[in-house]
Amino acid sequence: MAAPTKEMLLDWYRQMVLIREFEETCHRLYEEKRITGVYLHLYSGHEASGVGSMAALRKTDHVITAYRDHGIGLILGMDPKAVMAEMMGKKTGSSGGKGGSMHLASAEHNFWGGYAIVGGHLPLAAGIALASKYRGEDDVTMTYVGDGATNNGYFHESLNMSAIWDLPVVWIIENNGYGMGTEVARASGQVELHRKAEAYGIKSFGRVDAQNALEVYAVASKAVEYARRKGPAVIEHVTYRYRGHGVSDKQYDARDDMSAELQEWMATREPIKILRDCIESAYGDVAAILAGHEADAARIVAESVKFAEASELPATYEDLMRNAYVASDLVHKSEGSVGAGID
Amino acid sequence: MAARNVAMREAIRRALREEMRRDENVFVMGEEVAYWQGTHRVTRGFLEEFGERRVRDTPISEMAIGGVAVGAALAGLRPVAEFMTINFAFLALDAIANHAAKVRYFFDGMFKAPLVYRAASGWGNQATASHSHAPEPIFAHFPGIYVGCPSNSLDAYGMLKASIRDDNPVLFTESIALYPKPSPMPDDLDGDYLIPIGKGDIKREGGDVTLVAYARGVDWALQAARQLARDGVEAEVVDLRWLRPLDMDLVYSSFKKTNRCVIVEESLPMYSFGSEIAALLQENMFDYMDAPIKRVAAEDVPLPYSKEIELLALPNAQKVADAVKEIV
Ligand SMILES: Cc1ncc(C[n+]2csc(CCOP(=O)(O)OP(=O)(O)O)c2C)c(N)n1
Ligand SMILES: [Mg+2]
Repeated sequence: MAAPTKEMLLDWYRQMVLIREFEETCHRLYEEKRITGVYLHLYSGHEASGVGSMAALRKTDHVITAYRDHGIGLILGMDPKAVMAEMMGKKTGSSGGKGGSMHLASAEHNFWGGYAIVGGHLPLAAGIALASKYRGEDDVTMTYVGDGATNNGYFHESLNMSAIWDLPVVWIIENNGYGMGTEVARASGQVELHRKAEAYGIKSFGRVDAQNALEVYAVASKAVEYARRKGPAVIEHVTYRYRGHGVSDKQYDARDDMSAELQEWMATREPIKILRDCIESAYGDVAAILAGHEADAARIVAESVKFAEASELPATYEDLMRNAYVASDLVHKSEGSVGAGID
Repeated sequence: MAARNVAMREAIRRALREEMRRDENVFVMGEEVAYWQGTHRVTRGFLEEFGERRVRDTPISEMAIGGVAVGAALAGLRPVAEFMTINFAFLALDAIANHAAKVRYFFDGMFKAPLVYRAASGWGNQATASHSHAPEPIFAHFPGIYVGCPSNSLDAYGMLKASIRDDNPVLFTESIALYPKPSPMPDDLDGDYLIPIGKGDIKREGGDVTLVAYARGVDWALQAARQLARDGVEAEVVDLRWLRPLDMDLVYSSFKKTNRCVIVEESLPMYSFGSEIAALLQENMFDYMDAPIKRVAAEDVPLPYSKEIELLALPNAQKVADAVKEIV
C-alpha cells in the first residue's frame, strides 16, 4: 500500500466536510419539515469510516450498504443535488423519489444501494461478488454492515457463503456502539465483532479506530488487496453516531449518560479534526485550502437544497406504477391481465 | 356507564401488563422492548415493573425471535414476542408458518404452542417499500395459527387478553396509525374482559350496503359511511377483527339485509382479504347478491417514498365511498 499523498488527504477532507454539511443540513431540514417521513439515518460521526475505506477501492469495485447511506453515496461521487432531491422525494432524485433516504444508489458508480431491512443487503453483496468472480473479474465488493446487523441470520449465512466460495467481499462492520438503543454487549455474545469472521474461516483484519481516516485507509488497503487475490475479509470499524439512530430517536433527549458519551466522542475523537491535525502536522499551513473545502461544501449543499426544493414531486398514477417490472416482450399483457405492472 | 378515551397504544399496554401480573409465565421478548421502552412505547415501564427476566431485549434476530417463542411455549411458558414491525416478521415466516402453526398438528396434538406474536403493521408516512406492509392475510393463510387485528382500543384490549390466554398461537397486529388514536374504554372495565377469538363486530348499522373491513380499514369504512349518509345511503360496517377465524355469519347476516358489499383493506389487492371475503360471499350468498362485490385496497405496487404518490397508492375513505356509489 502506498501512503496517502497530500492530494489524497486534502480530498478526504473535502469529502468529509461535504458529508458533515450535507447530513447536518438534512437534520435541520427535517426539523423544519422540509424533509419529511420517518426514516433519516445520518452519517455524521462516521465520515472517516467511509472515506478512508473507499479510498482503497478502484473505480470498477463495488459498494453496498444499509440505510445509513448518504455519506457512502457522496463519497462515491453521487451528485449532492440528486441525493438531496431524493431526500425530498422529488422526480430529480437519484431514485426518482421512490426510494428516499434509505434507498440511494448509483449504477454509474457501482453503488448498488442502501437497503432498509437489517442484514438484507449482505447476501446481495455476496451475490455481486459472485458475479465478479464468475466473470473472471478481480473487482471487490465493499460491504458496510452495522454492529447490530451482525446478530442477524443474514450476516452469518452470507459470511459463510463468501468463505466457501472465496468471494471477493470486504465486510466492514461499522461498530458505532449501538443498534438503535441496544449496546453491543447486550446484543452480541462476541463483543469483538471482527472475530465473528473466525467462525467461518474468514480472515479478520481486526479492529480499527475508524475516527482516524489514515488508519482506516491503511487497513482497508490490505483487506482490499487480500479480497482481490484470495477471498473474503472482515474489518471492524469502531465509530460513533452523532445524531442517534435516526430522526425518530429520542434517546439523547432521554439519557444524560448518552449525551455525555456523545460529547466525549465529539471532543476527543472527532474525525474531521483528527484528519485536519494529520494534514497540518505533515504539511504545515493548509488552512486556506481546508477553508476553501469548507466553503465549497456549504455552497454545494445550499445549492442542492435549492435544486431539490425547486424540483417537482412525482404525482401521477404512471409515476406511482412505473418500474415495478422490466418492460418485456415475453410477458403477455392484455386488457384482462391483472398484476403485470405498467410499461 | 362512564367511559374515557384511551389511545390504542395505552389499551394494549394495559392488557399486556395485566396479563403479566396475572400469570407469571407470560413474558415479553423482542427488539428494544426493555431498555428503550418499546419502539412504539407499548412496553413503556415494563422493565421497571417486571425486570429483565420477564422483559427481554433481543438482538436483531427475527428468525430466532419467531422460533424461540415456539420453543418456550412448547415448554410451558406463554411468550408474547414482539416484531418491531410486521415487515421484519417476514424473516421469521418459517418459524411462524412451519413451526408455530404446525407443531401441534404434525405431532397429532401432543404439544401446544400458546404464544402471541405482536407486530406493528401498516403503510404510510413515507416509510418506503420494504417498511410499508399490512400483510396480515399472508399470515392468515396458514392453518394452525389465529390472526387478530383490532381497530380500536377496547377491542385491542379484549382481543389481546384472549390471545394471551388461549392455548393456540396468535399473530396480533397493531396498526401504527391507530396507536395514538383515542377511543372509549369503560371506567370499570373488568380485567377479564375477553373478546372471543374469531368474533367480529358491527361498528355501524345500515341497510343499504355492507362494508367489510378490519383494523385501519374500519376507520376508512366509518368515515365513508358518514359521508354516504349525507347522500342518503346507509352503510353497515362489519369489523371482522380477526382474519382467522373469520366470522362469516356476521357478514352473511348483514349481506342478506343489504345485498351489496364493499370490502376494505389496507393491504395489496391480489390474493387478499378482499379476495377471500368476496369468494365466500359469492359461494354462499349468490341468491342475495344484487350487485358486484367491490374491493378497495392499496394499489398493486410496492409503496414509494415520495408523499403524493404514496397517498395515491393508499386506500382512503373517499375511495370507499366511490366504490359504494358504483353499486347502490
Ligand atoms: C430485519 C430488521 N429488523 C429490525 C429493523 C429495525 N431496525 C432498523 S435499523 C436497526 C438497528 C441496526 O443497528 P446496526 O446494525 O448497528 O446499524 P446502525 O443503525 O447502528 O448503523 C433496527 C433494529 C429492520 N430495519 N430490519
Ligand atoms: Mg450500530
